[in-house]
Amino acid sequence: MDFEFTPEQETFRAEVRAFLDENLPPPGERGPEVIAEWNRKLGEKRWIGFSWPKEAGGGGGSLIEQFILKEEMSKAKAPPLGSDFMGLAWVGPALIRHGTEEQKRRFLPDLLNSRTLWCTGYSEPDFGSDLAGLQTRGVLDGDEYVVNGQKIWTTSAHIAEWIFLLVRTTPESESRYGGITCLLVPMNTPGIEVQPIRSLVGIHSFNQVFFNDVRVPVENRLGAEGEGWRVVMGALANERSGISESTEMERYVEDLKDLARTSRKNGRPALEDPSVRRQLARFETKISAMRLNGLRYLTKQLRGEHPSSETSVNKLLRGQLEIPMSELALGLQGDESQYAGPWEFRSLTFHGTVIGGGTPNIQRNIISERILRLPKD
Amino acid sequence: MNFGFSEEQELLRSEVRKFLDEQSPMDEVRRVMATAEGYSTELWKQLGELGWLGLITPEAYGGAGLGFVDLMPLLEETGRSLFPSPLISTTLAQAAVLEAGTEAQRARWLPGLADGSRIGTLAILEESGGLEPRSIRLRGERDGAGFALRGDKRFVADAGRADLFVVAFRVGDADEDLALAVLDGDAPGVSAQHLRTLDATKRAGNLVLEDARVSSDALLGAPGSAAPALGRLLDLGAIAVTAEMIGAADGALALTVQYAKDRIQFGSPIGRYQGVKHPLAEAYVDIESMKSLLYYAAWAVHASPEELALAASKAKGFASEAFSRIGITGIQLHGAVGYTEEYDIQLYLRRSKWARPMFGDGDYHYDRIATLGGI
Repeated sequence: MDFEFTPEQETFRAEVRAFLDENLPPPGERGPEVIAEWNRKLGEKRWIGFSWPKEAGGGGGSLIEQFILKEEMSKAKAPPLGSDFMGLAWVGPALIRHGTEEQKRRFLPDLLNSRTLWCTGYSEPDFGSDLAGLQTRGVLDGDEYVVNGQKIWTTSAHIAEWIFLLVRTTPESESRYGGITCLLVPMNTPGIEVQPIRSLVGIHSFNQVFFNDVRVPVENRLGAEGEGWRVVMGALANERSGISESTEMERYVEDLKDLARTSRKNGRPALEDPSVRRQLARFETKISAMRLNGLRYLTKQLRGEHPSSETSVNKLLRGQLEIPMSELALGLQGDESQYAGPWEFRSLTFHGTVIGGGTPNIQRNIISERILRLPKD
Repeated sequence: MNFGFSEEQELLRSEVRKFLDEQSPMDEVRRVMATAEGYSTELWKQLGELGWLGLITPEAYGGAGLGFVDLMPLLEETGRSLFPSPLISTTLAQAAVLEAGTEAQRARWLPGLADGSRIGTLAILEESGGLEPRSIRLRGERDGAGFALRGDKRFVADAGRADLFVVAFRVGDADEDLALAVLDGDAPGVSAQHLRTLDATKRAGNLVLEDARVSSDALLGAPGSAAPALGRLLDLGAIAVTAEMIGAADGALALTVQYAKDRIQFGSPIGRYQGVKHPLAEAYVDIESMKSLLYYAAWAVHASPEELALAASKAKGFASEAFSRIGITGIQLHGAVGYTEEYDIQLYLRRSKWARPMFGDGDYHYDRIATLGGI
């Protein structure tokens, strides 16, 4: 057990810090051109797709260097590594594992250079947490799939050029997972209609996407027919040490401590209230646990094990942090909390981040069924 | 960067588990906990021969020469099997002599503690929760080159069976004017009262000092300068107890998961229902977090001493609350049989109650984390 990094790894950390000193755009000046320039510089360093293989255009970086890179970026509150979050998190890794050479040449360079934006078509109105029940149909007709159905909660569908789409190609398949196929579909294909959904804070990032006789060439299929579930789950397990999440939580708790320092409760400084002090200490402790869990799982990965279901642990811890932190903040602000401020905003938006990528109950199912081996319900 | 145990450490874990599964299964634990001694002298002797009682003592003094990280797998396993023994106390007595003793003192006390022929323990507290230096009021009266002690130490683990007591006392008026000394349980003026505990696998009582003499060669460090060593010792105690808590929490979870798989109601194993499986998943999340916080604290003992206080408080503070939750969850998910003497889950509930206040409960440690974190 040791927490030291090798001299090479420390050199890499210094390189990341030097890059940030020189290139980090100031928080107030992060318009589209600035971000495009930021992404261009990151692309030159091959820090977008950092851990992807070099032959796929990635950085060929090790897990531990990726950890260092993400940690430094997160500490510096840097913009994300590349703008196409969904494309980089899901589409790229899936293409690398399951794509044909032709598909890799066609999609990966644009993805890495932020020239395309992807959305992912997973959830449907009747199949959200129960994703494997999805019913959007894909029927092979000559050398095209004809897609009919509806997706929902599709982030960025209104601005994306491509959708990474799961459809059911074999409705009578024995296993529900077996009849699912993954298609890569241009969003300007005739028959696709996008309707906005506003979140409870009035922001438009989700959409409903309707597919009405949408024709998709068979060469846009990723992986074999019926292999769609495997394609997506392989990508899901790709890389999640949760390290950026714990640094994000650390920033929130620092904010919260600042708020507590200037707040008063019952006419006295809030920090004299033991319950406030203990709540803050509990948050700090849970955040440490998150960070250290991430390091333990990273160590497992470095030893060649695959800690896929364990990432649900940190997802649940995050859920135990965000909403309670915003509740404490509102409590500290008292009557002020009826006016809009950053914590008031978070007290609403955290309800979205907690369910993104699977609700807490789904995470509990994953842990109890895959790790504790309890019977499926 | 490597946040995992080595092959040797994992090997130690599996050896200890195998030994305890064979030699101290739950019916043996129940038999032993009903005896007056509360531990099996036969197994204690065997543990000594295996080298597990002196893990942290250097080889020169008859120990295994390992560190606190190595101790974690051992204590997790003794916790998992609820093994009744004065292992933690004897280990902490060794830590005290090792950290604060002179060469001669180490040679005098460590070999007997490391091979188990003598049982040691810490005698620090005088009031509930009194872990701060100012709470130590027992005053040593100058007596030649040494001191005389008159007063009681309370909440002394294994008081009724210890041969050596590491006693904290006051030599001046400032909070930090403390001394540590090793007292022989057989010495004149030294006696112990055994009290009945909620968890019969753990024993405790009072140390009664009636003009007990502390000779100068029994003082660990210069009198008046022991506060830092004592602080560190309390952190080591918190870490050792947390390690046993994690093993016991793991044991309680395994028992309850098995019960949820076996028990059929409404035509299904109850573990199929989310009302049962979700609390078990939460227990798993708690145990994972307990482990990460503990292992980091154990690593900090030798590798990053300046972080020790904060890391130990995070580990014990979190574990105090989490293990309590797991004890309660375990009983509740067992339904009515959880309330019987027969089912073992009640022994884990008792253990969770024992562990909560040891070396500071959740409130104590969270207050300390807040202070150490600048608020």
